[in-house]
Amino acid sequence: MAREITYRDALREALREEMDRDERVFLMGEDIGAYGGSYVVTRGFLEQYGRKRVRDTPISELAIVGLANGAAMGGLRPVVELMTINFSLLAMDQIVNHAAKIHYMFNRQISVPVVIRTASGWGQLGATHSQTFEAWYAHVPGLRVVMPATPKDAKGFLKSAIRGQDPVMFIEHSLIYRNRGEVPDGEYLLPLEGAEVRREGTDVTIVSWSRGYYLALGAAEELARDGIEAEVIDMRVLRPLDIDTVVRSVQKTNRLVIVEESWRTLGMGAEIAAAVQEHAFDYLDAPIARVGSVEVPMPYAKNLERLVIPGKDEVVAAVHELLRRDVAVAR
Amino acid sequence: MAKTVVMPQMGYDMDAGTLLRWLKQEGERVARGEPIAEIETDKVNLEIESFEEGVVRKHLVAEGQTVPVGEPIAIVGEPDEPIDLPAAAGAPRAAPAAAQASAPAAPGPADGVASAPQPEPVSQVAERAPGERVRASPLVRRLAAEHGIDLRTITGTGPGGRIVKEDILPLIGRPAELAAPAAPAPVAAPAAVAAAPAAPTAEAALPGMPPSEVRDLSRMRKTIARRMTESFQAPHFYVTTTVDMGAALAFREQVNEQLEPEQKVSINDLIVKATALALRKFPMLNASFAGEQVRIYQRIDIAIAVAVEGGLISPFIPDTDHKTLGEIARISKDLIERARSGGLRPEEYQGGTFTISNLGMYDVESFIAVINPPQAGILAVGSIRKEPVYREGTFVPVDLMRITISADHRVTDGAEAARFLAEVRRYLETPMLLAVS
Repeated sequence: MAREITYRDALREALREEMDRDERVFLMGEDIGAYGGSYVVTRGFLEQYGRKRVRDTPISELAIVGLANGAAMGGLRPVVELMTINFSLLAMDQIVNHAAKIHYMFNRQISVPVVIRTASGWGQLGATHSQTFEAWYAHVPGLRVVMPATPKDAKGFLKSAIRGQDPVMFIEHSLIYRNRGEVPDGEYLLPLEGAEVRREGTDVTIVSWSRGYYLALGAAEELARDGIEAEVIDMRVLRPLDIDTVVRSVQKTNRLVIVEESWRTLGMGAEIAAAVQEHAFDYLDAPIARVGSVEVPMPYAKNLERLVIPGKDEVVAAVHELLRRDVAVAR
Repeated sequence: MAKTVVMPQMGYDMDAGTLLRWLKQEGERVARGEPIAEIETDKVNLEIESFEEGVVRKHLVAEGQTVPVGEPIAIVGEPDEPIDLPAAAGAPRAAPAAAQASAPAAPGPADGVASAPQPEPVSQVAERAPGERVRASPLVRRLAAEHGIDLRTITGTGPGGRIVKEDILPLIGRPAELAAPAAPAPVAAPAAVAAAPAAPTAEAALPGMPPSEVRDLSRMRKTIARRMTESFQAPHFYVTTTVDMGAALAFREQVNEQLEPEQKVSINDLIVKATALALRKFPMLNASFAGEQVRIYQRIDIAIAVAVEGGLISPFIPDTDHKTLGEIARISKDLIERARSGGLRPEEYQGGTFTISNLGMYDVESFIAVINPPQAGILAVGSIRKEPVYREGTFVPVDLMRITISADHRVTDGAEAARFLAEVRRYLETPMLLAVS
């Protein structure tokens, strides 16, 4: 049997189950205790687990991740919340230069099993609070970067991340916390790897992750009304990147559209497109298309923001462009 | 949505086809896979199947008209939807026969064999400037290479005239194969087969030559001309040996005594089987030269050259070495009969990994054959003749047969060809081996 719960509840269940199971698991972050978390994921946790295991911190991301790295090296299982991925830039050095490197630099004698939960997203938050940086972290060897789209993945991934030995960037999305989806009853873990084909199709493959997956799915449903069957892949994990699943799909559909919320330049879409042409060049029937944000700092005004962020219509248009026929054929 | 049905490419060297007869008239319903028209290709007449389902809305080509591969020939759609005619094809064009009739006449036919008005196939469909690059997707380029399709003959309908998947699928006819990354088909076409330019038509008498009658080449003749010219890109060499066929003749007689007439084994069947078995030991002769590489086939498909009215055609026996003599006899009888009646399907003659050409019935001592590209070798078989052979101090009459291999020197050499011939001879001189191998 399965239950239907929200993405937010899935995260809560994962945290609770792991905190109940293992005393070494503790939470740290800005406003996660008394306030319950900026996106209300940890509401009630302070009351339930006490100040020792649910720690409100000063506003210093560098210090938070630094502390967590040390705690993880010392044998604890810290789960850090960075309010949004925009602020993770302040902790870049601890994430990239320390968490990602220590296991390697100390000849595998030390691991840094830290989980950094953070939220991507936008919604009239302005230029400095509306960014999408998963590609920055997926660039770094030594990190795992997951970006679950569904409640089931969110719960299974978070539990695995807490139990695993690797530092994990666990990137949520502010606009999907209320999305509902089925999760299995009882305990389950999901390996932190592998993309998933969530809708089968024959004419084009649409690849995305996190909120972009829902755009892709909506576009696929709209395209189906025109007789175009899109295969939709949720990447789920951005490092390590499961390019095989994409290649297999492209071998079938011969066309690929990648949907990302970030800027296209040097983004995940660029990486996926490069890898697909390396492995499936002879199966491509059209250039690989990318749908991403307009390359400007995010405007505050709602109407302008909508123009910058890709929507379902842009995905549908990209697919139509790939399937375009210039020479008159009777249709 | 209305779809066009195009003139399909039924194999490697077809660049145009003649629409002989519509099997579905305008207004008739056609199911996917149902024959819609009968066409004449270079070598055979065959029915083409519709890839679309619906009602035949419009014939774009009249019966008797020849159109290039890839050209729309009909529109299939729903009975009431509006259709756009492709820009190029308005009303069915009149068959060009009429135009031909008023062409400057060659000297009148003396023997009543009028030169049949043969519509000239247009070798290039797409309007591209000379030397302009063909725009095609990587997928299309791979499929074209695997199926031996000349991309210059295809009109691209994608952005900027790019040739896309939908443009090439109807020419291949096996869309299912596309999905899975399949091993390259054993019938490999040379990477770049350029269609040879049509020979100039001689109009006036050549200086110093007597008056002549100019006839158009038949489509088959044109194909043979082009393929044989292509063949001479392969540097040929030739090796001949003599086989004592006494045991083979006796063996055949003994076997046929026990068989019904339709099962009877011919000398050619014995040669086919012996050749196939010998090829097992000489993979380089069951191969194709491919630029920087050689393509060695993992199956032995012996093709048999069959003389037909006005030319020849070479259907093949798939997986020949694993077939029994009885099977080879039955299959080759059937292929030869249908080759002569024009009833072969393209997949029965497009392919073959090695060819046997047997002129034994014409009382020839020996001859040399031209390689059937992209194969690496062809065996020319002469007649069996009783000849005196000097044995143990006296001449005895022996049934001798001369066989000559022509081989592509780019992939094999004389010594190997000689060893191959010795192996063929061993099988034919010990014919029981043919029954047990």
